[in-house]
This record gives sequence, structure tokens and C-alpha cells, in this order.
Amino acid sequence: MIRKEAKLVKNILDPSIDKQATRAGYGQGVVEAGQKNENVVVLCADLTDSTCNTKFKELFPNRFIQVGVHEQLLAALGAGVSLAGKIPFIASFAMFCPGRAWEMVRTNICLNEANVKIIGTHAGVTVGEDGATHQAIEDIAIMRPIPNITIVVPCDALEARKATLAFLNVDGPCYARFARNKTPVFTTEETPFEIGKATILRAGKDVAIIACGSLVYNSLVAAEELSEEGLNVMVVNSPTIKPLDEEITLLAAKECGAVVSAEEHQVTGGLGGAVSEYLSKVYPTIMEFIGIQNKFGESGTDKELMAHFGMDIASIKKKVKKAYDKKKRG
Amino acid sequence: MKQIDLKKIKELELIANKLRQHVIESLANAGSGHQGGSLGMADIFSALYFQILHHDPKNPEWETRDRLILSHGHICPIRYAAMAEAGYFPLKELKTLRKFGTRLQGHPERKRLPGLETTSGPLGAGLAQAAGMAYVGKMDGKQWRVYALTSDGEHAAGLHWEAMLFAGKHKMDNLICIVDRNHIQIDGRTEDIMPLEPLREKYEAFNWRVIDINGNNMGEVIEAFEKTKSITQRPICIIAQTVPGKGVSYMENNHKWHSQPFKEGQSELALKELRLTEEKLKAEYSKL
Repeated sequence: MIRKEAKLVKNILDPSIDKQATRAGYGQGVVEAGQKNENVVVLCADLTDSTCNTKFKELFPNRFIQVGVHEQLLAALGAGVSLAGKIPFIASFAMFCPGRAWEMVRTNICLNEANVKIIGTHAGVTVGEDGATHQAIEDIAIMRPIPNITIVVPCDALEARKATLAFLNVDGPCYARFARNKTPVFTTEETPFEIGKATILRAGKDVAIIACGSLVYNSLVAAEELSEEGLNVMVVNSPTIKPLDEEITLLAAKECGAVVSAEEHQVTGGLGGAVSEYLSKVYPTIMEFIGIQNKFGESGTDKELMAHFGMDIASIKKKVKKAYDKKKRG
Repeated sequence: MKQIDLKKIKELELIANKLRQHVIESLANAGSGHQGGSLGMADIFSALYFQILHHDPKNPEWETRDRLILSHGHICPIRYAAMAEAGYFPLKELKTLRKFGTRLQGHPERKRLPGLETTSGPLGAGLAQAAGMAYVGKMDGKQWRVYALTSDGEHAAGLHWEAMLFAGKHKMDNLICIVDRNHIQIDGRTEDIMPLEPLREKYEAFNWRVIDINGNNMGEVIEAFEKTKSITQRPICIIAQTVPGKGVSYMENNHKWHSQPFKEGQSELALKELRLTEEKLKAEYSKL
């Protein structure tokens, strides 16, 4: 059952549910961050509109820095801007920053403990038609081993806004991953969000899905549908990949005895990796992994690609049943 | 050059000599590290830390200090020597260079040692960070300047040229890039590995002002830094021709001394030569 404490919207299964892109939620959040703190500056690499920074640029033209198609510069310059006392949000497609700029992110930003907020949009296969070159599905994996970084993957536009604002309270490097396409806004202002905290959205005992980003909504719908088949599925929204909420992760594993991770990312190195690394140490648990299985993306509609790569509602249900069967067999 | 300046110049030459001795001693003690570039840049470090930079060794985070970025972090032994001599930390700490637990890491780390401005070593990234700082300086109307020391070899890195474009666009006359033009890199001569010439014209084509100097001539070094103050509306590049290994005859212009451990007796030989030079400089100084 969906938990009241999660304060989700009432019409969660209604096809007319409001939809917005998580990048748009960032766009609102960064404007509010700019209003709250005059040290906030935005750096863009020729993708101002795509990364939803146009409003910020209009409101704070003197705090907006255009760097051109130079993602390495975006990261290294951002480090310098931060070391001179500002709080830069550096934005590009996730494929290019952190993708192309990884070593600058690691050395100039993270080893320096520079207070830089890395904004990667157009992550995941739902970029769709643009194809494999632009589909960042390895970005969490390249960021997660870096010390000193906070990684957040919001589940909807509202959580994206909250995460963007919450970055102001972290004195150090952060990475947020956003998607291009509109997805259901199913959380509300009252839904709890705190960096480092996961939330149980739906209670259940048979299998726990621990999800982030676009797959949180799909997991909730899958869980609702599975309840009609007699399966009682817990759904955990785990937006902070690093530091992982170990308490909730362990609780989910103990309550359900089987865990399915779900993320629009390669199944290695991301949320599933973080959950399994942790559980294997403290409470070895049967696991299944939803995400891209060691393949590159390709062109197609977001619906086609989510089905093809096993991340749509039908695929999630299948994986959950598989995990449940494994648990039953012991 | 005015007569009164000659004394100052000789003092700075003496300091550079002292820094070179620190470099040899600390690298011999460390057992590894980079001699060539460290010795070649000793004159420029002496000029910066003891004449040009607005800084306070007792207050490294002083808000209005000039920022000095060392992009080719591998020559940090000379920076550490200059910082110790200037009073950032005790000279005896130079003995810890490259040792476990040291603040003097093999490549400089900002979080470990106050006064470094940034962490550096991976080549090509210094000018970009310096440009970020200089941008903020302009944005907030600050008077401090940013000096970025870069190697010629690292000019192969695309990121450096990205930063050149950016600085040119923003007419950053508060940003001074010094090119340590010593013509060597690990694998050999720069012009064999990836030719850079005509380097001056390249900077000028990116809307920079360029000053060419002999980076081992203290008079020219000081004059160049003074000249940068009258340049406006352009970022400034000082192409400093330097001799790698400068001051130690058997190392000069030999790319093998970019970095290699001393064999028995070699560091003593280097120190002997540097001490002779020191005596010579002192004698010259006393005649001024």
C-alpha cells in the first residue's frame, strides 16, 4: 500500500497526472537558489536552454557564464570560480559533463573539495531519438567511486527542485542527474526529501524495489499492478546514491528478503551496485537488477527504449516476480 | 635599469640560488621528483614570491592576495622551496617532500598545504582554473591578479587552449600566463614531440598580449612583470625562455633531468656548483 506519510499525489495512477521534466524542476530550483544566495553562479557549455538555465540567465545576467562547447573548461573553470568564493552550478548534458570532463571533475573539483554543483541533464536512454552517443547511462558509475562527492538522482521535477536547493547546504562537490523528457510529478511539496535519505513510498513484505529517477514511478505502478496478482511489493525511493541511505536499504532487505534495484543506467556501478555492495557486507540478500544490461543505447522513442532495455512497467513486474521466486526457492 | 634596482636584482638572484639549493637537497632526500623544470623556474619563483606577488605567508588565505597557480605541478619542489623561504612553513619541512604523511605531496594538493590555491599536476588544467578565479576577480571588481605558471609541454592539452579562448573573450587583463619555455618534455624536445612554434603568434591570434623574455635573466623577469601592469583589455602571456636544470651544468638542457633519481655523488656535485655561484653572487652584490 502506498504510504500516507509519503504524501504522494492522490491521482497517481491517473493517466492525466501532471508531467514535467526533472531538468525543468532544476531550472526552477536554481533560480530560487540564486535568489537565496548571491554567490550562486551558473556556467553553461552552449546548452543554456536545454539545461533549463535560461530563466537564471535572464534574472542574473552577471552571474551567468557562457563557456561554449568546452566541457573540460566548464569543469576546470568551475573549480576556479568556486575556489575564488562562488557556488558554481556547471551544466551540460551528462554525457559531456561529467562524461567528457571526468578527470577535471575528479581532480580539479573533488580532490580540491571545491563547492561545485555538477548538473548533468539528458541522462538515460529516454533522450531517445538522439541515439547512443548522447545517452548517458554510465555517469553514476564514473562518479560514484570519487571521494567527497554527493550524488542525487531525483524521481520527479519537484524532487529535482528540492535537490537543487538542498545542494546549497552541502559545502562540497555534488552531482545531480536529470532527464530530458516529461515524466509524472507524483510527489508533493510535503513529500519528505533530504540528501542522504531514502523514503519508503509503498509498504510491502514480499519484495523491495529500491529505485531512483524515472524508475521510481514505474516501480510504483508495477507494485500496484502486482498487488492485484497477490504480491505485496515495497517501493523505496533512493534519490541519494552517495551517500547511500544504509538504514533504509537494510530495513528493506530485512523486511522483504529480496531486493530489486531499478535505475535508468547500466546495472553496474550505479544504485544497484551501491545497494548490493552494502548488503553483501551486512545482510546478503537475493537481488535482481533493473537497468541497462551491459549494452549501448540506440535511437527510438522513450517508450520503445524503456521496453527494449527492460525498464518499463511490464519488465519491472517480471523482474520482481523473478526475485520473489528466487526467495521462495530459498 | 636604474642603479637602485640592480641591488634588488642581485638579491633576487641570490634568493633564486638559495631556492635551487633547497630543490637539490629536498629532491636528493626524497629519492625521486623533478629537477629540470624546478631549477629552470627558480628565477621566476624568486621574482614572484620576493618581489611581485601581493601575499602574506602568515595569512595564506588573505582575501586580497594575488593568486599563483602552478599548472605543471610536477615542478612543485621549487614552489615549496620558495614558500618555505618566504615563511609559509619552516625550512626543515622541505625534508618531508614526497614522504608518507607530508604536506608537501609529490604533486601539490591544496587541502594539505595552505597557500597552494589549487591541486595540480595533471597537465593542461591550470590556466582554466586560473581563468575561473580571474573571472570572479573581474566580476567582483577586485584588484588582485592571477598568475598561472604553465609548461610548454602541457600546451598540447586541448583544455589549455579552451582557457586561452575564454580569457581572450573576456579581455582578462588580471590574468598573466607564464610559459616555462624550456623546450623539453619527458620524451624529448618539444619541437620533436609536438611543435609549438610559432607560439607567440598563437597567443596573439587568441587575443592575448605577449611578452618574450629570458626567464633566467632576473632583470628581464622583473621588467616583464612590471610591464604587465600597464596592459589593459587583454590577458597577458609571458613566454619565458628557460634553461632546464639551470645552475647545474651537468643537468642543463638535458631532458633526462626532467626527472630522474640522483646517483651517488650527483647531488653533492650540484650543491657544490650552486654554492660556488652563491659566493660569486655575494661578491658581486658587495660591489654594488
